[in-house]
Amino acid sequence: MLSPVILVPAILNGLLTGAVYGLIALGLTLIYGVLHIINFAHGALLTAATFAAFFAHRFLGLDPYLAAIVLTPLFFALGYCLQRFVIGPAAHGEDRNILLVTLGLAVVIENLLLYAFGADTRTLNLDYAFNVVDLGIAFLALPRVIGFGVVLVVALVLWLILSLTDTGKAIRAVAKEKLDVGHIYAVTFGLGTACLAIAACLLIPTYYVNPHIGNAFVLIAFTIVVLGGMGSVTGALVGGLFIGVVESLCGLYLGESLGQIGIFVMFILVLLFRPSGLLGERA
Amino acid sequence: MRGPSIAHIVLVIAVLATVPLLTPSNVVLNFLTVALLIALVGQGWNVLGGYGGQYSFGHAAFFGTGAYVTAILQMRYGVNAWIAFALGIAAGALVGAAIGALTFRSGLKGSYFALVTLAFAEVLRILASVAPITGAGVGILITLDLRPQAFQFQSRAPFYWIVLALLAVSLIIVRLIERSRFGAWLVAVRENEDAAKAVGVDTARVKLAAMTISAAITAAGGGFYVQYFLFIDSGIAYGPWISIEALLAPIVGGIGTVFGPLIGALVVKTLGELTKLIAGDAPGLDLVIYGGVLILIVAFAPHGIAGLLTDLRARFARLRSSVLGRAHG
Amino acid sequence: MVELRVERVFKRFGGLLAVNNVSLAVEAGRITALIGPNGAGKTTLFSIISGFLPPSEGRVFHRGADITGMPPHLVARRGIVRTFQIVQPFAGLTVHENIAIGAHLSRRSRADALDAAAEVASTVGLGDLLGRPAASLTVAGRKRLEVARALAAEPELLLLDEVLAGLNPAEVATMVPIIRGIADSGVTILMIEHVMQAVMRLAEHVFVLAEGRIIAEGAPRVVVDDPRVVEAYLGHGAAARLSAAGGAHV
Repeated sequence: MLSPVILVPAILNGLLTGAVYGLIALGLTLIYGVLHIINFAHGALLTAATFAAFFAHRFLGLDPYLAAIVLTPLFFALGYCLQRFVIGPAAHGEDRNILLVTLGLAVVIENLLLYAFGADTRTLNLDYAFNVVDLGIAFLALPRVIGFGVVLVVALVLWLILSLTDTGKAIRAVAKEKLDVGHIYAVTFGLGTACLAIAACLLIPTYYVNPHIGNAFVLIAFTIVVLGGMGSVTGALVGGLFIGVVESLCGLYLGESLGQIGIFVMFILVLLFRPSGLLGERA
Repeated sequence: MRGPSIAHIVLVIAVLATVPLLTPSNVVLNFLTVALLIALVGQGWNVLGGYGGQYSFGHAAFFGTGAYVTAILQMRYGVNAWIAFALGIAAGALVGAAIGALTFRSGLKGSYFALVTLAFAEVLRILASVAPITGAGVGILITLDLRPQAFQFQSRAPFYWIVLALLAVSLIIVRLIERSRFGAWLVAVRENEDAAKAVGVDTARVKLAAMTISAAITAAGGGFYVQYFLFIDSGIAYGPWISIEALLAPIVGGIGTVFGPLIGALVVKTLGELTKLIAGDAPGLDLVIYGGVLILIVAFAPHGIAGLLTDLRARFARLRSSVLGRAHG
Repeated sequence: MVELRVERVFKRFGGLLAVNNVSLAVEAGRITALIGPNGAGKTTLFSIISGFLPPSEGRVFHRGADITGMPPHLVARRGIVRTFQIVQPFAGLTVHENIAIGAHLSRRSRADALDAAAEVASTVGLGDLLGRPAASLTVAGRKRLEVARALAAEPELLLLDEVLAGLNPAEVATMVPIIRGIADSGVTILMIEHVMQAVMRLAEHVFVLAEGRIIAEGAPRVVVDDPRVVEAYLGHGAAARLSAAGGAHV
């Protein structure tokens, strides 16, 4: 079972999946770092993005990688509006209310998709989906390798935005000072949601689409964020890669369902026993 | 403290108890039974969330445990249905105490607490979907045995009265909590934990006790569910639907009040039925409405319907006194 | 009798040494003041004494018993009750309910606690506001509520953290006799204060904390004239300048 022929591809594939996890976690940690809220709607928004990518291909014939160009600004706008016009106003600034509102959004979005499109699982059939990159020791699916690359680019771009632009600096200032600036909050939420759009386009060549896909990813994203440090961008990426590998190995030895449990259990353990230095506030 | 008296509670229960005598309609009875069940589950959530201020997003963990233990003890070990039901409640309370001990000792609050409860419920759901003892993907069917000893009845009315009785007990428990020192401490924990500690409140113990009581009440709902519907699987037992309805009912009705969950459950379930009437039985639509209602309530009526009523009463009182004041010049 | 003894307490937050080898003793039945410039570590010391923070080093003794690191609710049950510099009311509850929570420390029944709370409320002048939501009180009202709630817990040692901050002179003038009254009823008081006139009128003994260290202690008049204290508040060289200009009280 420990033979490198099985282990190495598992690890490499784990890294590839982990990169996309990292991107999803990136959005989450950005939102937490600035707004100090845990966005329970993150998974549902990912599902929505996945459906959007799917239908972009189905009805517009857009290749997912091209769809990303359209969907990213679209979802940025969606995230911006959600924070500016729904979450912000509805919550009156109270933490408990924000919890409930993002939960409510999650329920609405996910079930709207369920109602509109049914529970069936769909997949995209792309010609190049089964192309592989031959590394000798492992065969890696081409879309996933592309995905890995894109994530790195996105992370870089995001880093550049945060460090160099005025908005980026404002975001970092708000993150440190806890100022209540509606626009900055909305921009941040928009960026976090935009990450989801990109992630969705990266996932769709190799994953399936159904209304519950978001849930599958969001708790993984939460685990990553908690592990890597709430608000830490590098933590999200590194944590993503780590979790990707762990999930791959767990799946290898324990099978799919129990592999998922491994993630949840780690999540719970990290939440319960993490030293207070690893993360910021607890509340 | 404000709130209904035991007499008020008895009155409401008595009125509700007459329903089966007034209507033979099974549709109405079924609707009300489910609504009262949700009120019961919601009352459980209310103890921890409404009074204690700890918002759990995974109350399914207790509902499902109550349901599964009741079912498993009956079907696999031949235990009497009523005893199984009682043990189901105990099991739910135990799970609540366990999760509470772990989470509160780590000092988890707010969003983290909500997250971790969500995670626990999901873990249980996945476990139940693969474990043989819970019937894995197939679930558990309770064998039809329409005798009272088996906690099954020929007609719907006894089921209705039982869930009503369970709800009555939960209402009284909450009322007693409201008037006790434990209740004062619980509310203090909700409002400001540090200030509570500074005047001697053992906040961890208080939260743990609240969690255990909350879990027990919700587990009773689960146990009843399985006796009423005679079937349980991992999606029903530990699924998000019940975690959401558990919190929606008290929030809509009036979080942290005795009757809130009952009012909320009736409203929410009515909305669900209306949705089905208007738009058909498509899956998901009722939850869309529920999610929307949650957002609207938080945005416009954070104290729920009970809060709105209190506001109205206060406004009416002010209006009356100003009118009378003017009249007396 | 020594009510409270703090022995060589240090507190580090990462690289910052907030409390630096502080030792002090508070005599029972007296009003003792803890003064010093902002950021000197006074509230941190309160948090350590009341169990909200563990010291990095050192011990805290209450009537001879070692209470170092005891959880806050147990410290409170021993009779040491603190107020908070930034007031922490139970915002969603009424004034009456707020104070009653304090009273519940020693009373089981709701009725008893509410009765005791009403009494305490009138001694601090909140008797007319019992039914008001705590969130609707003014700053002065909230400070009074903070004191009332602590008082209702029947402390033997009351830790008051800047209860006069943010009050106008008239409000201060009302609070001072209330604090005097609490002390007269036998409660030991350790108070952090910036309002010097109150310190002068109330305190029998003063400790001065600056940059985490005790730099002076003694009777109020003596301490306030101490050049080291003047320097701590007004900066290096200020003492010399002041005495050159004919002397002044801080």
